[in-house]
Amino acid sequence: MTAIIDYGVGNLFSLRSSFSAIGEKAVVSSDPEVLASADRLVLPGVGAFRDARKALDDSGLVCSVLDLVKNGKPMLGICLGMQLLFDKDYEDGEYDGLGLIPGAVRSIAETIPADLKVPQIGWNALIYRNPSRLYRYIREGDHVYFVHSYHATGCEAYTTAVTEYGGMLTASVENGNVFGTQFHPEKSGDVGLRILRAFVEMK
Amino acid sequence: MITKRIIPCLDVRDGRVVKGINFEGIRDVSSPVDLADFYSRNGADELVFYDITASSDGRRLFTDILRKTAEKVFIPLTVGGGINTVDDFDRVLKCGADKVSVNSGAIRNPSLVKEAALRYGSQCVVISADVKRVDGVFRVFAKGGRENTGLEAVKWISDCVRNGAGEVVLNSIDTDGVKKGFDLEMLDAVCNAVSVPVIASGGAGCMEDFVTLFKSLPKVDAGLAASIFHFGEVGIRELKEELSRNGIPMRLV
Repeated sequence: MTAIIDYGVGNLFSLRSSFSAIGEKAVVSSDPEVLASADRLVLPGVGAFRDARKALDDSGLVCSVLDLVKNGKPMLGICLGMQLLFDKDYEDGEYDGLGLIPGAVRSIAETIPADLKVPQIGWNALIYRNPSRLYRYIREGDHVYFVHSYHATGCEAYTTAVTEYGGMLTASVENGNVFGTQFHPEKSGDVGLRILRAFVEMK
Repeated sequence: MITKRIIPCLDVRDGRVVKGINFEGIRDVSSPVDLADFYSRNGADELVFYDITASSDGRRLFTDILRKTAEKVFIPLTVGGGINTVDDFDRVLKCGADKVSVNSGAIRNPSLVKEAALRYGSQCVVISADVKRVDGVFRVFAKGGRENTGLEAVKWISDCVRNGAGEVVLNSIDTDGVKKGFDLEMLDAVCNAVSVPVIASGGAGCMEDFVTLFKSLPKVDAGLAASIFHFGEVGIRELKEELSRNGIPMRLV
């Protein structure tokens, strides 16, 4: 069973539906006991970092989630949920992340030419870096769906894929049992479902 | 490299897909859930559901259809039609919409875009504008293209973007249903005024119209059409292959 962490942020309908589409039971929960009983966790997120970080703090779930992950439970952070995994975030200020992956989240405007639109919205191709267990059922060059204005930096040792948008942006990361995708697998068609299948098959 | 998007638009009334020619003379096409699934499997990059139902019974049918679609279609879903309040955003987002498109609601209530963007984020708010030339000036029309609001379109759209709209669907009433190509002049004017993605709508009659659109206006991010896809005049897979052969970046599946 996969538990999608409900801390009041984001639209979890598609995420839950995409797990049922691959035959995986998924529950949306803010109950620490349910999270503890799950085989794996998904940390969703959308909107501004500060609001999401505050919502996560207010949910009172940070300690239990960190304990579960440090004890080896796989967790996948998606979009802003991935950005929360890092040490620092520089969206409208400076904020602490969960510190599960070394690196800092910064505006993509610092990486790309000024004439490109921010946010990046749309389908872009994955360019592989370090090998990822998430990508066992897809191929390099497959397209996934992005909506973001910020991305992770200084995390090259953990980066499993980048995407080219006027410069190279971090598309996914992996550090032991902690995974992050800047793109939305639940909105990336068949390719996205294959990524989720690889995630739920991990022991 | 980010790809250009091809987006079929499904006008839904009482749970069925319809398409008007110049917004009148509506013809039934097919089941929204089946059509959405078909398009998703055949390369559509995104889907737009436009609810043209007036009754509350029809609204319930629509959200039911939306939920059923979102349960089996895993590409971005944009929903529009009858979005007048932040509660309307909530209603469709809970049923699986990813983005919400506002049109008349933003004309009636200028603060709607700002309120929705603050609550759900700009990525969720799409401004959809029906625009027509009146004495040589681009004007915003309301009520499905029947009523001239007198608003100057480029300024109004720019204001919406400043208030937090994250994407623009520009539908030219002058070219809609005519099938002689997109309104390049109107699109150019809007693309030069805003820095968010612009989706071209109204006028596609054949594959060549999309080639012309993306070649002449590299700033346009996506092309939207309805009847040519619904009636099988243009296949999405074939269209994307043709665009790719012409050097336009495409997601080929």
